[in-house]
Amino acid sequence: MKFIKQFGIILSVTFIGEILRFLIPLPIPASIYGLIIMLFVLKIGIVKLEHVKNSAGFLIEIMPLMFIPAAVGILASWEVLKKIYIPIIFITITTTIIVMVVTGRITQYTIRIDKRKEKIHG
Amino acid sequence: MGDLLCSSTFFGVFISIMGYELGLFLKKTFKKAVFNPLLISIIFVIIVLLIFHVDYGSYNNSAKYLSYLLTPATVCLAIPLYEQLELLKRNVKAIITGIVSGVLTSIGSIFLLSLLFHFTHEQYVTLLPKSITTAIGMGISEELGGIVTITVTVIIVTGVLGNIIAEPICKIFHIEEPIAKGIAIGTAAHAIGTAKAMEMGEIEGAMSSLAIAVAGLMTVVGASIFSNFI
Repeated sequence: MKFIKQFGIILSVTFIGEILRFLIPLPIPASIYGLIIMLFVLKIGIVKLEHVKNSAGFLIEIMPLMFIPAAVGILASWEVLKKIYIPIIFITITTTIIVMVVTGRITQYTIRIDKRKEKIHG
Repeated sequence: MGDLLCSSTFFGVFISIMGYELGLFLKKTFKKAVFNPLLISIIFVIIVLLIFHVDYGSYNNSAKYLSYLLTPATVCLAIPLYEQLELLKRNVKAIITGIVSGVLTSIGSIFLLSLLFHFTHEQYVTLLPKSITTAIGMGISEELGGIVTITVTVIIVTGVLGNIIAEPICKIFHIEEPIAKGIAIGTAAHAIGTAKAMEMGEIEGAMSSLAIAVAGLMTVVGASIFSNFI
């Protein structure tokens, strides 16, 4: 019973996300609307953490599996891709590394500066 | 054999899970980042499909139930995020600064490299949304006149790559704060990277989830401005 209710809540929020996606003409998917709505209903207390936690934990744990079908789709798009695949692979690898390093370092730098300030003032 | 596999309802999910289990086994045995379960499962499935002459459409027909769960699973990322809401509030400045610089770095570096390779406008805007979640990225690529199938492939390759390199990159570049790790992974490698961040820790996972949404929304704006430059 517990799981039916939990999955029901998750799917309701997902469905509301889908409705918003339909109504709002922006390239924002149902999942992002749903994520924001879920955060909101948890925050104001309509939905309690224990009402969704087990099912959500299960879905998050099996999440890597959900990317396999789309990734195998490379087989189908190979014809279009093979003309420019060398520069694309190069750009994909370099930019992914650069973005990860820059974002991580800048976030860490800002956190540590703030911590230092807190120590001085606090 | 091929006919049976093409018409099977459970074959797709079955070999996907088999591939993932194989990946988990290899990772446990060899303890190397290359043996990433997601990467291994993708390669495994592709090899099986090629050996038994199963076309992608037939495979996807029975494996699509996995993709179906992706939207509700992404909604569920709100839960770890909710549990870390206090931490988020306390570090909001660092988090926003990090994501903004990440999005600008992503768009800026793609712009420069596209100039370097003499890309056409079409090829350039195809790559612009490469670091964000598939559903938003597809929309941007379509809107700006890119090749959507390539965008999807590049987004997924970015995610898988981010999933593999997340741990070594954090180690080599001394990214030690859990918040910084999560923000870096989510901004660079969206939901597929976040799957790894979830394994690294609760804070990493929550911050990476947050970065998917924020970086995705910022890229909508950033990519439409930058699309005019080539």
